[in-house]
Amino acid sequence: MSTHLLLDVTDVSKRFGGVQALDSVGLQVPHGAIVGLIGPNGAGKTTFFNVITGLYPADSGIFLFDGKGYFPESVSQVTKSGLARTFQNIRLFGEMSVLENVMVGCHCRSKAGVLGAIFRFPSTGREERAIREKSRALLAYVGLSEYADMQARNLSYGHQRRLEIARALATEPKLLALDEPAAGMNATEKLELRELLLRIRADGKTILLIEHDVSLVMGICDHLTVLDYGKVIAAGKPADVRVHPEVIKAYLGQGAV
Amino acid sequence: MLKRLLANHLNRSTYFCLGALALALLPWVVGAGGGNYWVRVLDFALLYIILALGLNVVVGFAGLLDLGYIAFYALGAYSYALLASPHLPQHFETIAAALPQGMHFSPWAVALFAILLAALFGMILGLPTLQLRGDYLAIVTLGFGEIIRIFMNNLDRPLNLTNGPKGITAIDPLQLFGLSFTKPLDLGFVQIPGLYLVFYLFLALAIAVTIVCLHLQNSRIGRAWVAIREDEIAAKAMGINTRNMKLLAFAIGASFAGVAGVLFSAFQGFVSPESFTLWESIVVLAMVVLGGIGHIPGVILGAIVLAVFPEVLRGVAEPIQKALFGHVIVDVEVIRQLIYGLALILIMLYRPGGIWQKGDSK
Repeated sequence: MSTHLLLDVTDVSKRFGGVQALDSVGLQVPHGAIVGLIGPNGAGKTTFFNVITGLYPADSGIFLFDGKGYFPESVSQVTKSGLARTFQNIRLFGEMSVLENVMVGCHCRSKAGVLGAIFRFPSTGREERAIREKSRALLAYVGLSEYADMQARNLSYGHQRRLEIARALATEPKLLALDEPAAGMNATEKLELRELLLRIRADGKTILLIEHDVSLVMGICDHLTVLDYGKVIAAGKPADVRVHPEVIKAYLGQGAV
Repeated sequence: MLKRLLANHLNRSTYFCLGALALALLPWVVGAGGGNYWVRVLDFALLYIILALGLNVVVGFAGLLDLGYIAFYALGAYSYALLASPHLPQHFETIAAALPQGMHFSPWAVALFAILLAALFGMILGLPTLQLRGDYLAIVTLGFGEIIRIFMNNLDRPLNLTNGPKGITAIDPLQLFGLSFTKPLDLGFVQIPGLYLVFYLFLALAIAVTIVCLHLQNSRIGRAWVAIREDEIAAKAMGINTRNMKLLAFAIGASFAGVAGVLFSAFQGFVSPESFTLWESIVVLAMVVLGGIGHIPGVILGAIVLAVFPEVLRGVAEPIQKALFGHVIVDVEVIRQLIYGLALILIMLYRPGGIWQKGDSK
């Protein structure tokens, strides 16, 4: 239970019928690090994300976030406590404008109630302006300013992924959990994403990353945890993990070792 | 820059004044052209605007398909009918003894009560249906609407609470600070008929409701509703408490209908369960969908069109049939339902966002 860990989960298990999707998985994310969670398709990475963010109830597990124990039961509570995520299959609010998507992200850090919304008190107006400014600043941060008034569903694929990150950042997270942010991006977009992630880390956030793109993961992660069939098969520095026999076996098959 | 800003501003205030003038003159023009009947139609159109805007909060903003919305209208209407008519004192001696003057609560006090009552019932409907979406939610809400109507229809035995299908009559008319809406107001140079006064009152309330809706839409709460409609899981991941936000949508939508119900029963002077059938829920939903779901100006347009259209049809369809065939072949009510169905199908096929949808105005 060392204090330099932002996220420290151990012994997480999750079963779907006959499939043991997660089997005593443990993962540690130090403050200010970029930690990668990798593994072949179906290894349980996204399930792990869904469990730690409260989308699926865990069968068992010990969860520590920012030094405090928590049991992920409600997604909105987890977000409020400072753990924001993006989705593998992009989940934007398609009919809303790009700016409004980010403004929704400000929801849990603002507090206007029903009466405030109906009567538009001066304090509500101030808060609303602050939300708008913050959201514009975040759009500029991820480089989407020029699309602010466009409908989110009309954005290109790469831009939609960036918007998801901006929206997650609007919840003011301590830990940003990204589920395959580079999926479907071309080489240029991947380079830009890499820069963006490094910038986010430089600005004091911690990142947990599921990613298939090996060069991206190897290039920016401080630690890697490798999952296969719901179990952690290796963890450590990227350079050590890539030569780990279990990892090579999982990715390339038995005969490759 | 400043010049353009000023011109813009001038333009806007000119439009505003012209619009206000047109609305003020509307009952006079309509009254002169078509008599009191058509002014009544206008008054009802304004009530429907309030109803449709309330349903739009639930269906349009939060995306929760509610087919029992008229139940909240019924709750408001019956609240006022019971609290401002001789019905209860007539059937309950204790009440008659306690209130020798009879039951005469102010419509505005009852409106406040109806807001709370309808909001409470909205949440009662919302709580067990939180996990339901789309068709399933529609079926439960439809059942809720029917339950309320059937209660109204049958609560005349063993205790006569609602007078059953016969309904409640002799409800106190609308009044505001001593101003009666049943007799003309004499201003010296001009007499304003009661129906015209009702128009101005309903207009003021409809404008107030519109402003409330616009404020809600452009607030963190309105955004949370739309986020839930678009993607509930992503909305949760933004830290939105989707349960509370859905209940709030139900409660606010219902409270609009509660107020409209009070106005309806005071204006009409008579309520019966017949006014609150499933068909009425569907008409209000059609106003929202046809006009422009989730888009406030569109919903207002839809309410006006669908409130005025049946009356126009009534005035046109019968004389035409009589002129052509000598007698009425197809009942106006049947034609109306046919055209409703056709209009909805055409809208769904060619303009699923409604007649006046978001983005049209710019």
